[in-house]
Amino acid sequence: MFKSVHDKPGKASDMTVFVNGAETAAWNGETVASVLLRAPGAERRSTVSGEPRLPYCQMGVCFECLVIVDGVASTQGCLVPVAPGMRIESQHGPREISK
Amino acid sequence: MTYDVVVIGAGPAGMSAAIQLRKAGIAVAAVDEQAAPGGQIWRGVERNAGPVSAALGADYQKGATLVEAFRDSGAEYLPATQVWQIEEGWNLFLTSEGKARRIKARAVLLANGAQERPVPFPGWTLPGVMTVGAAQILLKSGGMLPEGEVWIAGAGPLPLLYATQVLGLEGRIAGFLDTSKRPGLAALSSLPGAWRDIPGLLKGVRWLWDLKRSGRMVRGFSDLHAEGEGRLQHLQWRAGNEQRKVRADVLLVHEGVVPRIHETMALGCVHDWNSDQNYFSARLDQWGETSRPGLFVAGDAGGIGGWLAATLSGEIAALGIARYLGGSPDADSLRREAGLDERLSRARALRPFLDALYPPPAEHLADEVVVCRCEEVTAGQIRAVAKVSAPDPNAVKAATRCGMGPCQGRQCGYTVQALVAEVHGLPLADVSFFNIRPPLKPVTLGEIAALGDLEEA
Repeated sequence: MFKSVHDKPGKASDMTVFVNGAETAAWNGETVASVLLRAPGAERRSTVSGEPRLPYCQMGVCFECLVIVDGVASTQGCLVPVAPGMRIESQHGPREISK
Repeated sequence: MTYDVVVIGAGPAGMSAAIQLRKAGIAVAAVDEQAAPGGQIWRGVERNAGPVSAALGADYQKGATLVEAFRDSGAEYLPATQVWQIEEGWNLFLTSEGKARRIKARAVLLANGAQERPVPFPGWTLPGVMTVGAAQILLKSGGMLPEGEVWIAGAGPLPLLYATQVLGLEGRIAGFLDTSKRPGLAALSSLPGAWRDIPGLLKGVRWLWDLKRSGRMVRGFSDLHAEGEGRLQHLQWRAGNEQRKVRADVLLVHEGVVPRIHETMALGCVHDWNSDQNYFSARLDQWGETSRPGLFVAGDAGGIGGWLAATLSGEIAALGIARYLGGSPDADSLRREAGLDERLSRARALRPFLDALYPPPAEHLADEVVVCRCEEVTAGQIRAVAKVSAPDPNAVKAATRCGMGPCQGRQCGYTVQALVAEVHGLPLADVSFFNIRPPLKPVTLGEIAALGDLEEA
């Protein structure tokens, strides 16, 4: 759906993150919500009907990017810059008490 | 920690105000949700270079100077920090890196900007549909360009600017669904004022020209639907008597921006209805002070004016705050000497023309369309409740959970207001907004509990 202008053949990405366990290239300056738009199968499931959703506003007001980042659930992915080795997991439905 | 002033937001208005306050020797903390200063307009300005910076354009690059001055100003900068409660007096409750804390201030400046106006239509919750502003943030953040069949639907300067930026980086836009109306008398009658900003007008003309060269322009259509299994695959619309269908991978929508008002609403400030652009904004005096003494607003949060107007209103609010704190008896003369009012009126010259050219959309919303994205409440459910209750969005909220999800009505508020007005046959201005209650952002019980320990210690 999106591709970085820095992503060129033969050029390494700035870092690797893990989206639902899969190694995913990521770029300096982007946020977790930005990675979600590139990684296959990174949709969350909405809390009422279980529909697939992806980030909508990227500026902290829609909460469509709620995601589990390094074990912390209901994180607004658009407010968190990526970091090397970060573990990003889709959150299906509401946050679990234990996370 | 106690400061003279806490500024919320490190965009054009917040940074300008913080710099000005520091010049007056006032202790300032600047709290911002983002990891780096600049706000949405200048997001990533310290990092972006080369072709991305060039494509973002001259207005974007201008932000670097202000960000540098802000970094050097001596204001205590608290990035990646959310404000979830503000209490008169002033106490501010913040969370960063999962830890909550409280800070105190003698005055507060809200410079938290705007958000894109949410406009529901069938399929707007599908993956692949997002706002133009979101796509532009992706471009500023990691140099992201949309791929595949990319469509833009909407009106206003931002879609035109964004399309120009994408084309400048050799991206492709398949087509533009222009929802603006043909310039009416209202727009034309405000042209004489707009001529005071000829470069601004020319920019718009050039953007439109670039876009027309690159892809398909669709005008005078209705009934836009986004469709697909699990993600966006097609768009459909009606043009005259014909039904059109195109393949689409990304749809970017934009119908203007509205001020962020949750903070001033929660604090019970007096608000006014802007009937040109259909939004509420806090009533401000000539220094940007709200009806709550010591609470100031600057920039787009106080009414949409763009980045240049935001920097100037930030400077004015800073003088107003210095005056309020008793440290600047000469605020009036400083304001005059700096020519702030003339510069502000010039920066706003194009606004009445843009407001008239791009009125907020008023298309009828079908019953099956989801209005509240969080709680998945449809227009039909809202109408059904509105018919049997008082003309009050809070009645809809109580009956349907509409506006009670994590976004707290930021996406559905104005749509619920419009549906209640429609059902009761009232002008929009006569229907209120949701009551906004704390916390302003979701916060865990653990964060609140940890805060209690701190208070006792």
